[in-house]
Formats: sequence, C-alpha cells, structure tokens
Amino acid sequence: MATNEFQSPYVPNTDPDRRAMLDAIGVDSIEELFADIPDGYLNYDLDMPSARNELDLTRYARELAAMNRTPGEYACFLGAGSYRHHIPAVVRQITSRSEYMTAYTPYQPEVSQGTLQTAFEFQSLICQLTGMDVANLGMYDGSTSLAEAALMASRITRRHRAAVVDSVSPLYREVLDTYVQAPGIEIDTVPASVESIPEDTACVIVQQPNFYGYIEDVDRLAKLAHDAGALLIVSVDPVSLGMFRPPSDYGADIVVGEGQALGVPTTFGGPYVGLFACKQDYIRQMPGRIVGKTVDTRGEEAYVLTLQTREQHIRRERATSNICTAVALIALMSTVYLASFGRRGLRHVAELCYHKSHYAADRIEAIPGYSVPLDGTFFQEFVVECPGDPSEINEKLLDHGIIGGADISSQVPNGMLVCVTEMNTRDEIDNLVAALTEIGGAA
Amino acid sequence: MTSLLDRAALDRRKLLMDRSRSGRIGTTLPPLDVPESQLPDSSMLRDELDLPEVSEGEIVRYFSQISQFNFSIDHNFYPLGSCTMKYNPKLNDEIASIPGFAQIHPLQPVATVQGAVKLVWELQEVLNEITGMAGCSLAPMAGADGELAGLLMARAYHLDRGDDKRKNVLIPDSAHGTNPASAAMAGFNVVTLPSDSAGNTDLDALRDSVSDELAGLMITLPSTLGLFDSNILDVTQIVRDAGGIVYGDGANLNAIVGRVKFGDLGFDVIHSNLHKTFTQPHGGGGPGAGPVIAGPRLVDYLPTPVAGRKEDNGEETFSLDAPANTIGRMGAFHGNFGALVRAWSYIFTLGKEGIPQISEDAVINANYILSELKGYYDLPYDRTCMHEVVFAATNLRREHGVRAMDVAKRLIDYGIHPPTMYFPLVVEEALMIEPTETESKETLDYFIEVMKQIAAEAADDPDLLHEAPHNTPNTRLDEARAARRPDLRWRPKA
Repeated sequence: MATNEFQSPYVPNTDPDRRAMLDAIGVDSIEELFADIPDGYLNYDLDMPSARNELDLTRYARELAAMNRTPGEYACFLGAGSYRHHIPAVVRQITSRSEYMTAYTPYQPEVSQGTLQTAFEFQSLICQLTGMDVANLGMYDGSTSLAEAALMASRITRRHRAAVVDSVSPLYREVLDTYVQAPGIEIDTVPASVESIPEDTACVIVQQPNFYGYIEDVDRLAKLAHDAGALLIVSVDPVSLGMFRPPSDYGADIVVGEGQALGVPTTFGGPYVGLFACKQDYIRQMPGRIVGKTVDTRGEEAYVLTLQTREQHIRRERATSNICTAVALIALMSTVYLASFGRRGLRHVAELCYHKSHYAADRIEAIPGYSVPLDGTFFQEFVVECPGDPSEINEKLLDHGIIGGADISSQVPNGMLVCVTEMNTRDEIDNLVAALTEIGGAA
Repeated sequence: MTSLLDRAALDRRKLLMDRSRSGRIGTTLPPLDVPESQLPDSSMLRDELDLPEVSEGEIVRYFSQISQFNFSIDHNFYPLGSCTMKYNPKLNDEIASIPGFAQIHPLQPVATVQGAVKLVWELQEVLNEITGMAGCSLAPMAGADGELAGLLMARAYHLDRGDDKRKNVLIPDSAHGTNPASAAMAGFNVVTLPSDSAGNTDLDALRDSVSDELAGLMITLPSTLGLFDSNILDVTQIVRDAGGIVYGDGANLNAIVGRVKFGDLGFDVIHSNLHKTFTQPHGGGGPGAGPVIAGPRLVDYLPTPVAGRKEDNGEETFSLDAPANTIGRMGAFHGNFGALVRAWSYIFTLGKEGIPQISEDAVINANYILSELKGYYDLPYDRTCMHEVVFAATNLRREHGVRAMDVAKRLIDYGIHPPTMYFPLVVEEALMIEPTETESKETLDYFIEVMKQIAAEAADDPDLLHEAPHNTPNTRLDEARAARRPDLRWRPKA
C-alpha cells in the first residue's frame, strides 16, 4: 500500500488506516489520487540517503557541530552586526514553550491572546527603549528593517533618492542595494560630515553607533535631513541604548536596528529580529505586523492584529511590504530579555561593554605595531590597525584559543574590528593582548 | 467590587510596565573586572531608561500564564489550509540547540565553521534533488522573501538580455497575497489571471495575456484551491514560449513532495517554505525560511551566499560563495540558519523512504475529509483534491444565516483551530481545510463529526454559532475599533 515499508515516527497512518480511508474515498489505490499529475512525471526515486534513526542522526549532527570552532570554547571578539551577550536562562525556557513555539500567526485572536499580548509587550518595550511613538512586531533582521525603512521614506516623501552615510554597515548597504534595484531609488553615499544633500532626497540613513563602533553626531544630520524635507532613519544597537541617548532625542523619524543583541543567540546569522519603530504620523505606511488593543463583545480588553489594510493579504500589490511570516518567536526572546534586565540591568550591561572595550583598546594600542586610529567616542567596538593582514593574524589567534575581530581590511587598510562585551573576561582580553604581542605583524 | 476570581483574570492581563516595582530585577549582573574608563560626556547619555523592574519568578509565571491563552500544534489540531501546520519534531529543536550550531558567529572565517557550511550545502543539495532544480540559496528568511528573491532574479535575467520591456507578471486570481506584493516590490505590474470552471488555469486567458511584455508567471502548485492544475505542462510551455519565466510558489509543496519535481514540469525558479513542508515551528508568526531554488536559466542569479564544496585529495572543503550574476544579499548574513538546521534534521530523518510518504498521507487525509463532509458543506470544485480541500459555507449562509466565520469560531469550542477562511478570494464563504499527514485517522474522524454537528447546530441554534467561541479567555473582538483608534503600546496611566 504505502510506497515502501518505512514507518515514519511523525505519521500515524498505517496501511490498514490508509485502506479504510481509500475505501471511504472510493478509490482502489493511492495513485488514483495523484491522477492529475501528467503521465510520465511521477517520480519517486529520490537520490538521497535512506532514513536515519534519532541516535544516528544526532551523532552525525554532533560531528558536524564539532567541526566548528565555537565561541564559548574560544574567546571571541567578533561583532559587526551580531553580538554575543549573556542570555538569562528564562529566555530560552519561556520561548521553548510549545504554546509559543508551535502556535500559528495570531489571525484568530480568541486562541492567540498569549502571542498577541507578548507582541504588544514587545512593541511597548521597543518604544520605551528607542523613545519612538510606535513599533511593529519585527522584520527579518536589522538589515531588512533598514531597507524597508528606505522604501517607506520614499513612499512618504514621494521622492526617490536616499543619502546613506558611509559608516553604515557594508552588509546592510548590500541589502539596501538589493531592495532598491527595482523601485529605482538612487543611493548617494555621503560622509558623516556632509554639508548638504540634494533637495529631492527622501531620507538620510545613519547608523548609531556606526559600523566602526563610534558615536556619530546625528543631531546635525537630523537638521540637515529635516531642512531638506527628508526623513532621518537611524539604525541603532539596542544595547547601546542602555546608556546612550535614545534616537527620539535627536529627531529620528524611523528607527531600525538588529534586535539580536537582546537575548538571541548568534546562531551563524539567524534567525534574528529587525527592530522597526517610527513617529505616530507614519504608522499607516509601516511594513510588517502590528498588534493593537481593543475590546471583545463583553467589553473586556484584548489584543488583535491591526492596521491590516497595509498588509499583503488584504492590499495585495498595493501593500506596504510583501512580508508575511516574520520572526514573532525571536521578538518574544527580546521581550523576555528586556523584562529580565529591566531598568537597571540594561544600563549595567551597556556600561560593562563600554568599560571592557575601552580597557581592551587601551591595552591593544600599547602593543608595538598596533594602533587604534579613530578619534571619538565608541561603545563596544573599535577599529584596530594591525601591523599585517588581519586574516593571517586571526588564523594565528586560533592557536591561542581566540577568535579575533572582524577583518575589515576592505574598508580600513589592515583593519580589524574588535568587539568586547560583558562575555569577554579580563583574562580573555589580557590573553588577546599577549597573543597579539607575540604574533606581531604575522606572516 | 471586583471578585477575587475576576481580579486573578485581570492580573493575568496586566502588562510588564504595570507589574514593575522599583528595585526588583530578573537576573544577576556580572561585576566589572577591569578599571573603569571615563564615561562619555553626559550630553551623549540618556537620563533614564524606563523599562520594567520584575523578578525572575514573576516573569516566568506571567509568560507561562498567558501562554495558556494560545492554541498550538502541540495541543491542538490545526486544519489550516495552505499553512501546513504539521507536527514539529522535537529532535529538530535538540539538534538546533547544539552549541556548535547555536553559538557560532556569522562572521567567523569559513575555515572555522566547516561543519555549519557542510550542513547548509547538504540541505541545498537535497532541496535541489527533491524539487528537480539546479541550484539553491538558503538566504531568504521567509516564503515572501524567497518570492522577492526569485522575482528579482527574473528581472535581472531579462535585463541582462537587454529585454527591458518585460514588465508584466501574471498571477492567478487564487494566489496568496504575497505573490502580487512581491511582484510589486520587484518592480513588476501585476496582471491577474482567471481560473477555469474546474479550478485549472484558463489556457485561453493565458494565451491572450502573453506578449513580449511578459516577464513571467507566478503560480502556486498545487493551487490554493487544493488542486493540481492538470494543464500545468501547457501553462509552463506557453509562458516559456513567450519568453517568460515560470515562478513556482512552493507553499503547497507538501502535496507533491517526493512524487513530482517542479524542475521536470518546466519551472525556472521556486521557493519552499521550510516552516510548512519541512517542520520549522511556526513560532506564532515566524521565524521561517524560504530558500529560493532555481533551474538552469536563473541559477547564476541566486542571492548571496550559496554554499560550495570542493574535494582535493579526498579532503572536502566548504565555502560560502556569490553566484556569478547574483542579485545580491537578502539579509545581513546567511539566512535563518536555526531554521535550516531543523529542516535538515527533518529531511534526513525521513530520508528517501519517508519523504514520498509525506505527500501520500497528506493527500489521503485531505480526500478522506472531502469524501466525508461532502453534502454537509458546499464543495465548489468537486474533484479529487491534493493536500487540502476547499469547502464553502454558502449552503449554511443561505439556509440559516450562518457564515464561514461562525463555523470557524465554533470549531474553537471543540478544541480545533479554525481552518483558513475567506481564502482563496475566488470562493465565497471559503473554508480551506488542510489536515497534513501528521494527524491520525482518529483525529480526522473527530473533526469530521464536529463539522457535521456544527452543520446541525447551524440549523437548530444559529446564535450558538454567531456567538462562538464560548470557552476562550475572550469572545470575538472589535477589530474595527482597533484599526480606527490604534492603541499600539503601553502608556503610563493618566
């Protein structure tokens, strides 16, 4: 009856079940149900391995995982858009609950108040953190938040140019280039010191702290943008907002950012959560899902997906975005994270990152041949100019049990972007300094 | 005066900010183990950060209590058409949480993450094989993201050939809303294509719609009507002959996986929703993953990165590469790796024996429901279905004033998640039912009995349905009010 003898643990049907159902349907064989597939196109012969049992597959997965050099076993100084922070145990415990992890998108609010209420919490806490009026339920990651913000600014201003400060992450810039190729938004790359922008500019996009870890003078850029009738889009690191001014303070119109730093493991790049918040005036142009408070027929407060006429399932080709499945569970991780650290905790984490990274920078600068060339205030990342090729130095650091900073030599000659968070102990920093001293210029 | 029971219920709805008490904290903080540096000028710092102050136990009880307001696949049957809410194997979560996968950083040198890249490569290869395509990028982070990638690839392909007139994308009237939305984001005009009375593509309308301005066709196979378009070979041929790209929306891949390959049918590019067919948990709305999988015409345009494998003296090495004419990056890094690990674990658990059984049982289960409920609900397309069946509550509306919404909400009282309703748009009062292969005959029989009983209730006591659900924390919500007076965040009490 079934194509073969294999009994999947995930399928309860056995041949007698199938027989009974086929009889009820009134067909003799399973093949009759597939009669609409054109003759000659049925093809069961998959060139792939046979089924594997749980024990065997777990062993193989562990073998693959063991081929990776894992932060935690190695001291790790990588950041550049994905950050290692301590994640309280409650974050994983709560987000692993079946009720959250295996629920569908909350289109049926009567059976989704758990998901909806936590989503409302997420929106609220992101507003508290950024100082903005409203936030959505999250985009795929920080980079697509930024790209969607540029599209949104273009819709609001009906202009088709974007000024992007050259200290925005090059990876984010690549994603922006992907998104603007079809709508034909022209990108002007400008220095942070830019004095004027074309008058048909839809938005000025700046990253705070910038890709190199440093605080930009955004107040000036805000004035420049607003004088030209353009919107200011700021891409933030949410942990930095534990101590630094919120973007509402310097007049941001749209705030985006990578939420991964708030309780999400680095997971080789995803899933993460793109933060997206803006001023009240612009909510009807926002992409993504939004949860609102309302009442039920008995007058009791409850939560529901709202402003859905922006979205693809209602508005189709006139939707504000094509986004459908997003990252609700990751947003929940960030919500639990923010609840755990709260008012004092997030500031404490931010200050640990600040002090430890400055300690590391001071010590690295003292190593012969190494320098920390940029002036200004940095948060938890800084650029190191190495005496040789950073990738070769990184290779040698592995022998010392260290995964070094990101090789940014395509942006800064011999540049390494070093990130230090509360995860890096003083011993790790001292070991990095000792190893760099020993390695010198490498090669 | 509020009773104690009412107070308990209200307490559960209290938001974190209203639970906050000065001095509480939900975690421990490590001490500073280096000398303090001078803090930046206070003009750069924020004065206050108004976040909640709650203890760990309060956090756990709060999130655990409100979690009980949810239906979920671990607790409930979800006959949710086109969403493929199947059981999510636990092994997948265990494997995804191995530190060597969960803790690695996306910017580690590729030599230090060979195991992860090998896993990505293995998943690419097996998806190519299952779908009959030439190459795959796992970068897109959801189905709609895969659609955008595939359409940008089609756009780049035409432009590279100097074919800059091709602006129109044909999309059947039964399509999911992401299809036209993605086409618009990729710069195309959307031209709606009708279906014929049997639910197949209307071939005459298709022939009339193709021209030298045709960029391509986006078609879901099987369709959102749960039907395998028996004209599919003609459809792909007409589009290809007109110089168009054939895009396959793989949302319904569960119906045909291991049985027929998109590549064999003339498709140029498809996406697959790993959170549907390949059991990434839905998470209350993501994360998912939407790999884009291309045939020979478009494979060089795939988004970055694509994993590669080289063998040298019996030693294999893996790389993350940019295809020759890549459309670029869809996200900052390599896609939703956590979801990819789960799909990998699922696919290799089932293997070549288990994969074809997915579609077999999915299709038997759907047709069993079709045959048992026929006569109780209208059936707009009375033919063998694939993995889902579309009924219509038009008979109940006509005879008893009961709508699809009422039937769906009444199902909740029986512990069953509502089916997809009012979709596809071409079917009035649609109830779109997809049982999936992971439900037992006993569950299907219960569902069938419940659906029959609801049809009887519609005749006997229509208000019972109009007012459903009756056993949930909230009754039906005022959605119009939510949209008219948006209240989207916590605010301090005035």
